[in-house]
Amino acid sequence: MYSQGLIGADGSTVETEEFLEAFQKRVDAEQKIEPNDPMPEGYRRTLVRQISQHAHSEIVGMLPEGNWITRAPTLRRKAALLAKVQDEGGHGLYLYSAAETLGVSREELTDQLLTGAAKYSSIFNYPALTWADIGAIGWLVDGAAIMNQIALCRCSYGPYSRAMIRICKEESFHQRQGYEILLTLCRGTDAQKKMAQEAVNRIWWPALMMFGPHDSASTHSDQSMHWKIKRFSNDNLRDKFVNATVPQAEYLGLTVPDPNLKWNEEKQGYDYSDIDWDEFWRVVKGDGICNRDRIKARQKAHREGAWVREAALAFAEKRAGAADAARTAAE
Amino acid sequence: MSEKFTPLWEVFIRARNGLAHKHAGSIHAADAEMALQAARDVYTRRGEGQSLWVVRSDQIVASDPSDKDMMFEPTASKIYRHPTFYEIPEEVGNM
Repeated sequence: MYSQGLIGADGSTVETEEFLEAFQKRVDAEQKIEPNDPMPEGYRRTLVRQISQHAHSEIVGMLPEGNWITRAPTLRRKAALLAKVQDEGGHGLYLYSAAETLGVSREELTDQLLTGAAKYSSIFNYPALTWADIGAIGWLVDGAAIMNQIALCRCSYGPYSRAMIRICKEESFHQRQGYEILLTLCRGTDAQKKMAQEAVNRIWWPALMMFGPHDSASTHSDQSMHWKIKRFSNDNLRDKFVNATVPQAEYLGLTVPDPNLKWNEEKQGYDYSDIDWDEFWRVVKGDGICNRDRIKARQKAHREGAWVREAALAFAEKRAGAADAARTAAE
Repeated sequence: MSEKFTPLWEVFIRARNGLAHKHAGSIHAADAEMALQAARDVYTRRGEGQSLWVVRSDQIVASDPSDKDMMFEPTASKIYRHPTFYEIPEEVGNM
């Protein structure tokens, strides 16, 4: 989600030196920027792009998991998965609201998602093939998301930072429920453990891709770091995630699908293989396994909800009209 | 865009009896009843509140950030509005 949101972001801006300097001073003093504060156009544009992509990611992220709600193996798992998917819907709405404080309308944002003009995290263009994938998504995908989002809690833009704090608080259960699913499978039959291993094999690399391109290829990072929209580099967060996650995989008795993964005593962290960047860019640019399905599913939901939105507005108008008429009659 | 815009509402939550309602965020809804319902679903999934207010965002009147100094700065010099400004001998005790 998250750092991928900056791909193609245009931070160019037209303000005077004095204006930019005064703004930078506020940012450097760790003063939060609020909706009506003066801000460079490039800052506004970058944030709208990142926050709305983050919101779209939450909404599209409901699809691969929602697909498993009816097939969860127990009532406990079903209730947890339902709550997780509900949270994602809620998180999408917090984030859309944060984006709207920058002067863009909800309708425009929805339109950008449905027409394919806006991006969302590449991870959701992979399918969730087995129940173990639901475990691996919770553990790895939400784990990677949390790693990104904790860093965003200190973003210079107030509404985004506040939404992130709320989301991080709610999301820690997402990762734990995923890990618990895998733990149960790993303690089960050989076939169940195999299913868990295959899920991790599928989801490990796409999860690492969530942190976005290499720092050297992340062209818009510098300006965003300078404005404190993001505060850590993509590679820095990715390393942190790998270091935190490998011991958790060991505890499960699962193998991380990377023959070059090795502890490096000197840097006190893991060395690992390079990501398949061709795959990364292919998925980001729309050619992943599920890109078309995801957009189609959102378009269908939007189309089929149109009559509800129209009816609700018509009813509200009618009632407001009746109230006005009653007031006029009483006067 | 052909569709009509669904109005924006600000959501306020009273966390516990005895506390004030506090701004939690905003939602879109066609009318007040649906706004309350949506606010409940979006902002109180974990026992965050005992009571909800929703207010149409376009009904809120806000001060202009560029007037901040004019509005709020004068109080900085009025230190005599604070109890610590006044000297009371220790013998008098806590006051």
